[in-house]
Amino acid sequence: MARYTLQRFVYMIITLFIIATLTFFLMKLLPGSPLQNQEKLTPEQKALILKEYGLDKPVPVQYIQYLGNLLKGDLGVSFQYDNRPVTELISDRIGPSAQLGFQAIVFGTIVGLILGIVAAIRHNHWEDYTATVIAVLGASIPSFVLGGFLQYFIAVKLQWLPVAFWEGFKYTILPTLALSVGVIASIARFMRTEMLEVLSSDYILTARAKGISQAGVIIKHAIRNSLIPVITILGPMTVNLMTGTLVIEKLFAVPGLGEQFVRSIELNDYPVIMGTTLFYSALLILAVFIVDVLYGVVDPRIRLAGGKK
Amino acid sequence: MKKRFSLFLVLLLALSTFLAACGGGKDNNNAQGGQGGEKPAEKKEQVLNLLETQEIPSLDSALATDAVSFIVLNNVMEGLYRLGKDNKPVPGIAESYEVSQDGKTYTFKLRKDAKWSNGDPVTAHDFEFAWKRVLDPKTKSEYAYIMYDIKNAQEANTGKVPLDQVGVKALDDYTLKVELKNPVPYFVGLTAFGTFMPQNEKFVKAQGEKYGLEANTTLYNGPFVLSEWKHEQGWVYTKNPNYWDKDNVKLEKVNVKVVKDTATAVNLYETKQADRVGLTAEFVDKYKNDKNFHTKLEPTLFWLRMNTKKEPLNNVNARKAIAMAIDTQAMVDTLLNNGSIPAKFTVPKDFVTGPDGKDFRDVNGDLVNYNPDEAKKLWEQAKKELGKDKFTLELLNYDTDNAKKIGEYVKAQLEQNLPGLTINIKQQPFAQKLKLESNMQYDLSFSGWGPDYQDPMTFLQLWTSTSPHNETGWSNPEYDKLIKDAQTTLANDQQARWDAMLKAEKIVFEGMPIAPLYQRGAAYLQREYVKDFVTHTFGADYSLKWAYIE
Repeated sequence: MARYTLQRFVYMIITLFIIATLTFFLMKLLPGSPLQNQEKLTPEQKALILKEYGLDKPVPVQYIQYLGNLLKGDLGVSFQYDNRPVTELISDRIGPSAQLGFQAIVFGTIVGLILGIVAAIRHNHWEDYTATVIAVLGASIPSFVLGGFLQYFIAVKLQWLPVAFWEGFKYTILPTLALSVGVIASIARFMRTEMLEVLSSDYILTARAKGISQAGVIIKHAIRNSLIPVITILGPMTVNLMTGTLVIEKLFAVPGLGEQFVRSIELNDYPVIMGTTLFYSALLILAVFIVDVLYGVVDPRIRLAGGKK
Repeated sequence: MKKRFSLFLVLLLALSTFLAACGGGKDNNNAQGGQGGEKPAEKKEQVLNLLETQEIPSLDSALATDAVSFIVLNNVMEGLYRLGKDNKPVPGIAESYEVSQDGKTYTFKLRKDAKWSNGDPVTAHDFEFAWKRVLDPKTKSEYAYIMYDIKNAQEANTGKVPLDQVGVKALDDYTLKVELKNPVPYFVGLTAFGTFMPQNEKFVKAQGEKYGLEANTTLYNGPFVLSEWKHEQGWVYTKNPNYWDKDNVKLEKVNVKVVKDTATAVNLYETKQADRVGLTAEFVDKYKNDKNFHTKLEPTLFWLRMNTKKEPLNNVNARKAIAMAIDTQAMVDTLLNNGSIPAKFTVPKDFVTGPDGKDFRDVNGDLVNYNPDEAKKLWEQAKKELGKDKFTLELLNYDTDNAKKIGEYVKAQLEQNLPGLTINIKQQPFAQKLKLESNMQYDLSFSGWGPDYQDPMTFLQLWTSTSPHNETGWSNPEYDKLIKDAQTTLANDQQARWDAMLKAEKIVFEGMPIAPLYQRGAAYLQREYVKDFVTHTFGADYSLKWAYIE
């Protein structure tokens, strides 16, 4: 296990390095400059300011400088938020995004699992159909439509919950609900399919033949073995949601990281593009690693290389 | 067995609710104590609740480039002058000024009771330091060019002369001498602009890289201070007890929250959490008859730039035909619907008044009108002159929703009214569009311009042959001369200068390098108890100094 972890860690570093390189050169292919007032500046003025930033140097030189700074842990400063360090920009905004994503994942997974399990056990009964309809609706209604709907009826009309902002737990309920619908839908779908397959397999039949109760069969054998695909999608999904979602954050005025991904690209804010991409990639790689480890925990048949004596 | 299973399900459900609650609760213990909505119930309290669409990018006046930064700077800082209720400059940190006979040297007398929020006096040295900091190439200020009227400013900014040769000097603590390159009649108004704010040298140097990044790493000398700034969430203005004119500031506190989505902003207004909210076109119909609905006209113009080097746009009749073939009234009514008006000019309405006190627009009137018949006639003539019957033009456009609608509309109008013309729309990201325009790699381009200072010149200098923003290839020696005269020889004769500019605008429409489309308006809702909320046509969008709650 230790050797495996170390090996994986080296791969993670290499992957990150490749991502950083690709992103850097792709980003430099974007047209335009990171200047905010470029509409009003003459080409000469633009050139002067870019020179001060060192952006007139050849791209490979800039790349080596960037890597050098990166090794020192310096992600640079933002252009759109004049001189604000990128690390500060990310750390200021990641809290709300992570909390919102985490809540949505926890709530969505639990509800999704229940729906999926019920649908599988009550296969082709009304429970199954209801769960399927919910899953299909959840997958097809965009979260911003649902979010707008929730905001208007629950916050504006009924005034049960706040319209927007991020000032305490009750402010998180509506965005969490809006965000978790997609999670519920995909978890329920995966769980139902896998459960159906597992329930019709031989060892379930054996378990039943041994006289184990229905609940026992479901909990001890069926659910555990059905979790593999759910775990697989859970890793990337968690990272996705926890690093911020543009639409929901905008709708509920959540001070999160979601918009930075998009805005920094639109504005050619090079250091922020690099910073957010690397941050996101690192989390994603980490999540994939955790998922790999979890496989073994859930299903003893899957064991990691070097894990067995 | 079945019964037991349903029991299990119930338990699981109960557990899930519990877990979900836990999940949220854990991260939230510290935030839970936060205020619940903070409804402005007691309205006599001098508290105003506002929304902004964006986080403040910078409070460093040397670096600010965007609308939000300039709004905040205008309310927490004060320059030599500030824009008053009627958009005319009124004394700020300066009490008065004297101007030399040749109009090139301004001597500002500063008031002695102006203080920074840390108690230091605001002196002429603070202005000299701040302005030279803007011009220092190392500062990388993107608005440095706005100071180029000052002697040696451009040279210093481009590294050709040292900063100490720039024509700004503190003669003593309360006297500031500014030497200009040319006489600039609008210079006093310019000192109200964000980039011209003073900075406390000691404080700025002590903060270093952190200056302007947080509420407590910035020093204030305006009507308000920022008492709180939570990034991406909002900020709070509190009345500045050190402000020299604090007796005229009535608001005690202004809460500003960042809300990027208009629908959300409207919902917050509806639930009385915001006192003023900007509306986009889709909300105008719903609120048009609301008593709190207002529109205002901004001095920002939009037009089609025409590449006069490309056939058929090298023909003046073709250009005139295009300018006359678009029904701009229908366009502002249906597509924009926010108080925008059709533009038939290149100097906006309600922007500047001449020495006679008359609006520039009232004197020069409309210079081009929608006239499909006349357009068709000119178009046929152009076709004959060019010896061709069919033309295809590319319309370069922004990639925003609003611009898409305008682009489609322009295409439909031109193709309908000018037979044989085909328009292809090419949408490009902002930066790329600017690049194509400045390389003149376009045929028609939807673009716009907002003022840099309060004078028709900010619009008129665009179309001189040496202007880097001309980008149409159009040039006219008479026009160039009129503009040059207005900037130099006539600069001290207000009436003659004004007449030259009036005449120049007419020449633009004889050559027609642009087809004007509209002057932008803005629709908004504002509660009736908000009084004297002053909006500006130049620089910052609004001032809170005089606002109060009734």
